[in-house]
Parts: sequence; C-alpha cells; structure tokens
Amino acid sequence: MRVGIVCPYSWDMPGGVKQHIDDLTQALIAQGHDVSVIAPASDDDELPPYVTGAGRAVPVPYNGSVARMSFGFLSAARVRRWINEGDFDVLHIHEPLIPSLGVLACWAASGPIVATFHASFNRSRAIAIAEPLLRSALEKLHGRIAVSDAARTSLVEQFGGDTVLIPNGVTVSRFAEAEPLDGWGPDGTTLGFLGRMDEPRKGLPILLEAMERIPDAKLLIAGPGEVKIPKSIRDRVTLLGMVSEADKIRAYHSVDVFVAPNTGGESFGIVLAEAMSSGATVLASDIPAFRRVLGEGQAGALFRNGDPESLAEEARALLADPERRAKLSAEALVAVRKYDWSTVARDVVRVYETVTAGAGRVVEDL
Amino acid sequence: MIYLIVAIVVVLTAVYISWRAGRLDRLHIRLELAAEALEAALTRRRAVVLELAGSRLLDPATSLVLAAAAHEARTAGPDEREHAESNLSQALRAALEQERFREKLAESPGGSDLVEELDAAIAKVVYSRSFYNNAVSVTRVAQRRWLARTLRLAGKTDFPQFFEIDDTPPESMSKE
Repeated sequence: MRVGIVCPYSWDMPGGVKQHIDDLTQALIAQGHDVSVIAPASDDDELPPYVTGAGRAVPVPYNGSVARMSFGFLSAARVRRWINEGDFDVLHIHEPLIPSLGVLACWAASGPIVATFHASFNRSRAIAIAEPLLRSALEKLHGRIAVSDAARTSLVEQFGGDTVLIPNGVTVSRFAEAEPLDGWGPDGTTLGFLGRMDEPRKGLPILLEAMERIPDAKLLIAGPGEVKIPKSIRDRVTLLGMVSEADKIRAYHSVDVFVAPNTGGESFGIVLAEAMSSGATVLASDIPAFRRVLGEGQAGALFRNGDPESLAEEARALLADPERRAKLSAEALVAVRKYDWSTVARDVVRVYETVTAGAGRVVEDL
Repeated sequence: MIYLIVAIVVVLTAVYISWRAGRLDRLHIRLELAAEALEAALTRRRAVVLELAGSRLLDPATSLVLAAAAHEARTAGPDEREHAESNLSQALRAALEQERFREKLAESPGGSDLVEELDAAIAKVVYSRSFYNNAVSVTRVAQRRWLARTLRLAGKTDFPQFFEIDDTPPESMSKE
C-alpha cells in the first residue's frame, strides 16, 4: 500500500509525535508498505530517505507550549506537490487541529484520509474561533484515530462524532539492553527524568521541589530546555541537556526509579513506555493516561498529580524497597508488550484497509 | 451601480450555495463508502467465524455456538441486524475468552492464520463502524442546515441512520 504521512512538527526536534511517526513509518516499511513522510524541515537538514522537507519550521506558541511548525504559501505548495507526486492509496495526517502541515494537507487533498489525534486539548478560545474552519477539515477525514482515551474524549466533546483508539507504540526490543551512562548505574539512590525542562506540563518543578524531601537521592535529568535548579539540591542534580537516542536508552538504564511528573495535556507518554521497556521502575503522576498505561499501579507506582509531598513519599518508599522495584519492573515489561510497534502498526494498517476499500486514490483537491 | 451590487451578491450567493452543495455531496460519497466498508467488514467477520466453526479445530460446542450466531447474523432482517451482530460479538467473546483458547488454536495446523484473520475481522468491524457512525453524524448535521433543507441540497438521499451494535472485542485481543 502507498501511504503518505503528514508530520506537523519539525523533524530535527525530538518529540512524541515525531517519534511516533518515525516508528510507525519504519514498522510499516518493515511490513512491506511504501511510505513517504512530509515534515517541516530545512532543505539542508539531513533527512531519512522516506522524509520530504516542507520548508523551515518556525517556533510558535500553541496549546500551552511552544512547537516548531511550518505553514504559509511555500509549505502549502510543497504539500500539494507531494500529494500529487505521491499517488497515495491513503493519506495519514497527524494532529490535523494543529496549524501546521496537517491542516494544509487536509485542505489540499481528497480521497481516503485518516487522521491521528495525539494531544488532548481543553476547550480554548482559539479552537472555538477556528471551529468552523477546523470542522470543514475534519469533514474530509474518512477515519479518525486517537492515541489515548484523553485525546479521544477531548476530540469527541469538542467536535462530536466517533473515533477509534489505537494507543502509541514503542519499539520494546530497542530499549531492552544498554550500558548505563559512565559513572552512573542503578545503585538504589538514583531518580531519573526525561523531557523538556522548560515545559511546565512535563512537571519538572514538582520533581525538583520533591527532591528537597528525598534526602540522599540523586537526580539525572535529560532533555532540552533550561531550568533553574534550587541551590539546596544543586549538588545532587545532574543535567545532561539534550541527549542522543542511544544515550537516552543508556539513561533509562542508569536510574533506579524513572519519574514522570507530567501534570496533564499528555495523551499517553511515550517516555513512560520507553522507561518500562528498559526495565526501569516507573513512578508517575496519577493522570488518567498514566494510570491506564501502568494498569492502575500494577506496573508502576503512582503519586497524586501536582503534589511534591506525595511524589517524595512514594519515591522514598520505592528507593527503600528493591524487591518492590523488581516486581514493578517485571510487571512493566509484560504490560508494555501490547504497546510494541509491530502490534500497533498492524492495527493502523487495518484502519487503512477499512477506508481504502472501494475508495479511489488520494488526489489533489482544487 | 445598484445592478453591479446585485450582480455581485447573486454571484457570491451562487458560489456559496454551490460550495455548500459540493461539501454535502462529498459527505454523501464518504458516507456511502463508509457504509460499504462496514457491510464488507461484517460480511467478512461472519465468513471467518463460519470457517472457524467448520474447521474442526474447535470443540463441537464452541463450533455450534459460533456457527449459530454467524448464521443468525447472516439471515437477520433489517430490523434484527443490529441485535444479531451484537449477539455474534458476544458469542465470539465467550469463545475467545476461554482459557488458553488462542494458544490451543495456534498449535493446530492452519490455526494461527485463522486467529490472525479473525483478529483482523473483529478489529475492522470496530473501525468501520466507528467511521460509518462518524460519517452519519457529520452528514446529519450538514443535511439539517437551514440552507440544505430549504434548497433540498441533499436531493432524495435518506436521512442516514447510525449503526449501533455491541462490537467490544474479546479481552485476549488487546493482550497479545
């Protein structure tokens, strides 16, 4: 099957949606499909052979955070050309409500179009104002996929209709084995955090506040952005900054407890599944998406969302109890299997087959 | 001058109406495709279940339950279809949620292919029904618009009906 995939966020920045698209694409290619991805990227960026650049991405604040997206006449023309030349059986748009390539592709194409909704969003003024416009884009979608219940609920509440649920995938095998980072290793005192440091919804400030109440614990932080570390804990906190994919996996293997203090807006939390695949013990906020992935606490510990005291308490208990950590991590390895990309890609192909049956190819909409 | 304004208004109105009509037309095409896909998915699910029931891979009681439910679904009249298809979903759950059902089936020759086919068929019923119902709700909204009703933009098309069945997949499907 010839599949065209539209990525709304810049290809050179790590992020959940981009990673999802890359993994899905590779799983689809492994299953023998012919896939082309279009993503915001400069012409001089190094891109995998299956990615087409749609022009430089600009940082824009949207839905409570800053994302690198591309839009405008140049991008619109490139999307059109890509659709024309691609001759796709199905077009798969990610985040069609984000003012980026997804909206442009929706506008420019007709035929079997599938969309995946990643983020959950609150009723915002921006979305209310843009609603008629977005609605006419949504009308063109033959199939809608949400990656989480949260994403599905917010979509259905805002726009109605029906949506199928296909959770995110993770390439479990890629995370299974890795050497801890030099000078690090699970030693019963190490906590880990991964994610944008200056992105409030990722919850790093909550973890930093909790650190003051977890004496003797060290904290390893990986991720882009900047953050101010309080003096009192500065000697126990190590910032790695942005890390390579390989070092990220090593970082998961360097900690005893991986902390995901996200406060919301998170639809699934790919980092959670990655940490689970690496065999780290997970301690996460009890937002609905995380509770679901962790089987209501079976496969990882939960703390009260936004509460540093609760986080600290749970972390202290986990660090003091190696047996419980081993049990949770074993449970996590089983629970994460159903999120493996091979399983997920198979379901996505079933969606493609459903919408393409009897329909023509994807064509340019004039 | 007044003629010019009237002419512009007439042209703009015509453009707007034809855009609306085009949009509604596209929705009708989408709805039709979605209905066909749903029909195909249901037909396929019945066929796979009948094949499984007749495959001699299962115990006679399970075979009978599945064959009866698939047959009921196939022969149901328009008013009983939703009920019969729901019953088939229920029968499938009862069969597939048996202890180690999948493992046993996969051990028999040809069994794993059938399991794979059945999984695909069950998933596609869920997907196609969701997409169909989604198309129904969007089309309904568009047909109910004042402009569409007054100018009868929908032509002779029927007011589309949702297809409501229980299509919850067996527990074991999500745990592979």
